Amino acid sequence: MQQDAPVQIMDGADVRRALRRIAHEVCERHHGAENVILVGIHTRGVPLAQEIAHAIADFEGTHVPVGELDIGLYRDDLDNRPTTRLGRTLIPVDVTGETVVLIDDVLFTGRTIRAALDAVSDLGRPAAMELAVLIDRGHRQLPIRADYVGKNLPTSLEERVTVRVDGLDQEHGVWIERPL
Amino acid sequence: MTGTTVTGSPITSTPTIALHNALIVTPDGVVESDLLVAGDRIERLGTGDADVHVDIGGAWVGPGFVDLHSHLREPGFEWKEDITSGSRAGAAGGYTALVAMPNTAPAIDAGHRARFVIDRGREAGFLEVVPAGAITMGRRGEALAHLDELWAAGVRIFTDDGDTLADSGLLRSAMEYLAERGGVVAQHAEDPGLARGGHMHEGTVSSRLGITGLPALAEETVIARDLSLVTLTGVRYHTQHISTAAGAALIKEAKDQGLPVTAEVTPHHLHFDHTRVETMDPDFKMYPPLRTAGDVEGMRVALHEGVIDAVATDHAPHAAYESEVPFEEAPRGVIGLETAAAAVLTALDPEPVMFFTMMSVAPARIASLGGQGQWIAEGSPANLTVFDPDPTWTPEHFASKSQNSPFRGVKLRGKVRATIFRGRLTHQDLE
Amino acid sequence: MKHLLAIDQLDRPAIEEILDLADHFTEVLSRDIPKVPALRGATIATLFFEGSTRTRLSFEKAAKALSADVLNFTPSTSSLSKGESLKDTALTVQAMGTDLMVVRHAMVGAPHRVASWVDCSVINAGDGAHQHPTQALLDALTLRRHWGKLDGLRIAIVGDIRHSRVARSNIAAFTTLGATVTLVAPPTLLPEDVTDFGGTIASDFDEILPDLDVIYMLRIQLERGSGPVLPSLPEYVARFGLNRSRFERLPPEAVVMHPGPMNRGIEIDPAVADGARSLITAQVSNGVATRMAVLFRLLTGKAQP
Repeated sequence: MQQDAPVQIMDGADVRRALRRIAHEVCERHHGAENVILVGIHTRGVPLAQEIAHAIADFEGTHVPVGELDIGLYRDDLDNRPTTRLGRTLIPVDVTGETVVLIDDVLFTGRTIRAALDAVSDLGRPAAMELAVLIDRGHRQLPIRADYVGKNLPTSLEERVTVRVDGLDQEHGVWIERPL
Repeated sequence: MTGTTVTGSPITSTPTIALHNALIVTPDGVVESDLLVAGDRIERLGTGDADVHVDIGGAWVGPGFVDLHSHLREPGFEWKEDITSGSRAGAAGGYTALVAMPNTAPAIDAGHRARFVIDRGREAGFLEVVPAGAITMGRRGEALAHLDELWAAGVRIFTDDGDTLADSGLLRSAMEYLAERGGVVAQHAEDPGLARGGHMHEGTVSSRLGITGLPALAEETVIARDLSLVTLTGVRYHTQHISTAAGAALIKEAKDQGLPVTAEVTPHHLHFDHTRVETMDPDFKMYPPLRTAGDVEGMRVALHEGVIDAVATDHAPHAAYESEVPFEEAPRGVIGLETAAAAVLTALDPEPVMFFTMMSVAPARIASLGGQGQWIAEGSPANLTVFDPDPTWTPEHFASKSQNSPFRGVKLRGKVRATIFRGRLTHQDLE
Repeated sequence: MKHLLAIDQLDRPAIEEILDLADHFTEVLSRDIPKVPALRGATIATLFFEGSTRTRLSFEKAAKALSADVLNFTPSTSSLSKGESLKDTALTVQAMGTDLMVVRHAMVGAPHRVASWVDCSVINAGDGAHQHPTQALLDALTLRRHWGKLDGLRIAIVGDIRHSRVARSNIAAFTTLGATVTLVAPPTLLPEDVTDFGGTIASDFDEILPDLDVIYMLRIQLERGSGPVLPSLPEYVARFGLNRSRFERLPPEAVVMHPGPMNRGIEIDPAVADGARSLITAQVSNGVATRMAVLFRLLTGKAQP
């Protein structure tokens, strides 16, 4: 389907501000950042988690552990989707008894998060799990909601939302492609 | 009625046949003509009244094919094939005579057993079935078979095919005995010691696949030994299913020396080399095994030059379930009657005269079959094959009881359009 | 990719993809709950017509760690001994809803034949002297973990090469990944024609010792009997065994491998087998992760080739 040229809806600075706000919200809710573990979901959730951790270290002085999680072995659509390369799953501390905040770039159908909840549960028994996303674009297929949202972006199903992050891509920002 | 007197045939109601638009193949060249068949003879080269008119659209017509090497499996192995189904398959392949191998159960080592095969062939009525006789009792390689009885029953070719007659002393005796009468000793050349445990050609492919190989030497050493005995005894000697370039070189040398030596090659040895075994499909398992590309080329050249005299199918049916096993466990052999002519044409693209020589005239001479392999002429026996060299086709299903063919799915050129045996149409495929 | 029947099906990127997957599965196997739901609902059947408990258990563990269900077919307790053919056995097992069969057989090409009769995927777990692809992959994984990569590694494979499916698979895998392979064996235990085989031949084990990074010892197959291929066992051990004195003449970084099971004291000295420079235990533990990778690769993403 033909798409319009992508329209940028957030630039690098917007993203940075949103992540700093999320960092504050996390600390606000938990009265600081003790017992909090940030787990970024591959691929772009990982650098976003690192940026949030930096922000918390900045204004709270607390070093929050950052883990990475690949949900490739937990997806419910392995039959149909190509087997893309798996990313690393490495959470540097035991999750049991802690609050795990999952971080992802875009929340859409909710299936990725469902898989992530199963994956983390296999690694231990957290006291609680929360979800932070940069973009919530709606169209949930499962009863999943984000606790922290960078931006709510109502979209239609034909539109495509792309997040690019420094380090992985050449640029930093959020784009949306609308159909003609 | 046609009003023509037909000589030498029993009173039958055989319809007279007129073939129109034929390319009649003779040693003097190819003649565009019609052909009239009446009774069991060729009435004339030309048109005339007939009960059946067939337009063959420019196809070749020549003497009916003769196979020097078919396993009809009866008596004893009728689930694979029997004389009736094998004859039917032969007719479909353009054959008017088959030499049936004696490795049946019981083996054809006595007169009454040979007569059984002849009678069954006559009952089936598709073509002339001529039994070959075993050289030794039960083909066990220990004592001579009833050679005189077999001779009296009409056997002219003697072979322990399926096995090699390895005992040089016994082979010499058989040769001396048969040389006196003018019989043919035919040898399946496979030295038992060198061939032991082998399932495919010993070479680069067998080494890579980890399958025990069968060296070319197993064939060469037997031929070399046999030729020494031929020099000694003067018997007519025929090498069955030759497969090695080295073996062909030995035959050439023997012929140059004037020894009464002949040889046959199978259609599959003109087409496939040992890389086919990488498919692990037993439709590529036979003895001799498929050899190197160099040997395939060597066989083509030798056949073309006449070092190898004839094409013989070594038609070896096996039931499907017998081949639904790993390669090493599978029985050896593949069918070939229905694809032989097309395979030869595709591999060699021979001139029509050479084609009918290797498919009919030469094998008939080797088998001493008087009524077969005669070039078309007025009054000659009506054993004919109509062969169209143009159409391409892909064999999928066979008239034989068994379907174990390496040619399944292979594009071939040339089709048998009709087979006439003693003046009767035994097969037609005229679209 | 539907079947894994021989290593030469896989080019270098394909092998590396499987090794990368195996690394992920090693992490899974190190967890408290060493299990992921990736193949939940899939049924994997093992058809081992030739005995081998270790390989079968390795596949079974791999399947279960991926949450698949496992069916084990063993001929001695089955109707195969009542004369049921290989084909009928395969079709019966398939009819029970099998998604993948792991086949080991004493005859070359048996898994290939099974693959031609069934619709599900087939893994060759060893066919006669022909191939043992998952062994080659786990050996390649072991070497990659130890050395970082296989490019430029000088590997010697020693023993009954002629009858070894491990040798045939490993030569292909190692050379595809950039290593050079030397085959060491008496002439009667080398393949008849090594022209296309993919390795150089050495008949003097001692001569090449100082120039090797990896010694891969094959099991001398005693059950085959020496017969006409070996003059005598003591002679073989003297010329081709990895004893302590030979081990000491290796470069200090060289490592030792063996596909198991070992004939301790025959082709390999026990102290060498258990020593610090032996990768034999690593081979065994890498087997499960490697087989998980192969199962995962064959049973997911079926929509693509």
